[in-house]
Amino acid sequence: MYAQLVKTDADKVKSLEEMDPQERRFQERIDDDQKIEPKDWMPEGYRKTLIRQISQHAHSEIVGQLPEGNWITRAPTLERKAILLAKVQDEAGHGLYLYCAAETLGVSRDALIEQLHSGKAKYSSIFNYPTLTWADIGAIGWLVDGAAIMNQVPLQRCSYGPYSRAMIRICKEESFHQRQGYDIMMKLCQGSAAQKAMAQDALDRWWWPSLMMFGPPDADSVHSAQSMAWKIKQNTNDELRQKFVDQTAPQAAFIGLAIPDPDLKWNEEKGGHDFGEIDWTEFHEVLKGNGPCNAERMEARVKAWEDGAWVRDGLSAYADKAAARVAAE
Amino acid sequence: MGPLFEYALRMGDSCLILGHRVSEWCGHAPAIEEDIALANTALDLIGQTQMWLGLAGELEGRGRSADDLAYLRDSREFRNLLLVERPNTDMAHTLVRGFLFDLWHFHTLGALQRSADERVAAIAQKALKEVSYHLQRSADLVIRLGDGTAESHQRMQAALDALWPYTGEMFLEDQVDADLAAAGIGPPLGSVQPLWEGDLARVLAQATLARPASTHVQKGGKTGVHTEALGYVLADMQFLQRAYPGARW
Ligand SMILES: [Fe+2]
Ligand SMILES: [Fe+2]
Repeated sequence: MYAQLVKTDADKVKSLEEMDPQERRFQERIDDDQKIEPKDWMPEGYRKTLIRQISQHAHSEIVGQLPEGNWITRAPTLERKAILLAKVQDEAGHGLYLYCAAETLGVSRDALIEQLHSGKAKYSSIFNYPTLTWADIGAIGWLVDGAAIMNQVPLQRCSYGPYSRAMIRICKEESFHQRQGYDIMMKLCQGSAAQKAMAQDALDRWWWPSLMMFGPPDADSVHSAQSMAWKIKQNTNDELRQKFVDQTAPQAAFIGLAIPDPDLKWNEEKGGHDFGEIDWTEFHEVLKGNGPCNAERMEARVKAWEDGAWVRDGLSAYADKAAARVAAE
Repeated sequence: MGPLFEYALRMGDSCLILGHRVSEWCGHAPAIEEDIALANTALDLIGQTQMWLGLAGELEGRGRSADDLAYLRDSREFRNLLLVERPNTDMAHTLVRGFLFDLWHFHTLGALQRSADERVAAIAQKALKEVSYHLQRSADLVIRLGDGTAESHQRMQAALDALWPYTGEMFLEDQVDADLAAAGIGPPLGSVQPLWEGDLARVLAQATLARPASTHVQKGGKTGVHTEALGYVLADMQFLQRAYPGARW
């Protein structure tokens, strides 16, 4: 979801019999729920897939600062401002842990950032939608962080040790993110007609993009099967999406908001909700770069990086001089 | 209204407006570590705003909350130092502005910790822990970037030169300061400036930056005559409260 379309380079999942002895030992360790650590042998595909997945996830945390940061200066009360600042600060921290986890696989943070800026690496499509009103901040916390939790809780058991440990730290903070978002929505729904309309409008705009966060349907995904065999993914896209709909529908009803899907209804037989068809054309367009904010988001990140070059250079020049002074003593 | 009300507004407004400026960096800083640190500073300053404006509202006794004071006054009623409303411009201006303010803030809170007014002393004690860290960080970055590359040095010096005229206002004392000093509530008159000057000289020397020669002082913040920049800060900050009067969030 934050890593919603991770390619694995696999066209099909190998069986144990088809593997050479080293790869087979590796797969058996995974099947036995042992953690893989940075110094352990791992198949190149596993390493590459993890780098893609962790870096997509890290980039999403970093780019994700932008839509919410857009409302920090306009937050309606001092308390809301403080909460939002704390939340966005957490997201930057998540980005940092995740880049560190990716670095254990032998790739530098700068190289990954370069891939983001050149458009080679992806980040979650959700952050290419605009935050137009204050209610969008509520909708992001409630839906986007809600979807993130859905995906990240199982990733705490991921086979790769550093990623699993990063997820454990991150998950501790995510539930606060979702609560603050839902609380914003609840306050709006208890407020004036204009506030309630603002909340409904935000749900209308964020609902479908939130469902897209879980990635394409399982039927379209061979990558999903390989990632699951490696336990760098624990549930399929459709399973997680279903769980998310089932969790969110009653939350919307509780505060009196209508989910913008005429086909959404409880299905007693399957013990879950049925819901309408997702517009996958929109999803692929946004991934291709044609979402409403793709260009602005990348421009903002590239500008921050380029404008900050003199600061990073200045700090390293000072560090070099300081080291030289120590050496001369 | 008494001098302490006025003083609490000055402290609270400076924290609020600087917190606003710093928060504008969110997502746009030169490195993730800076994004985190800047957000953290802004968060501390907003927390301090709540304490100072909360105290101001309480002293005023007309039922205005910290939020009412932050969101429903116009620029002529704001009492922050002009320094803190100056635009971010670049990281150099942001860091130098932060450092010049943090140094004043640190020594002011140091004196306020011993205030005869318990509420003031309590706020100062809590804020001082945070501000000591802000100062440590901003002084360190001023030194590193002052003595970094030719470009970083030149940018830091340019920022210092541009912001320098706004520092004098911190030490212009008026009747409010005199009344509070006399009552043992505010810092003794003239006590903060020598501490500020001493630390400043040490940091600038390490940073290889030159103290600007200009003695001209831009003033007006304490009486609510601001720079043009403040109106835009307030338009941004107060938008929702103004567009939806009386709404609860
Ligand atoms: Fe996060
Ligand atoms: Fe989050």
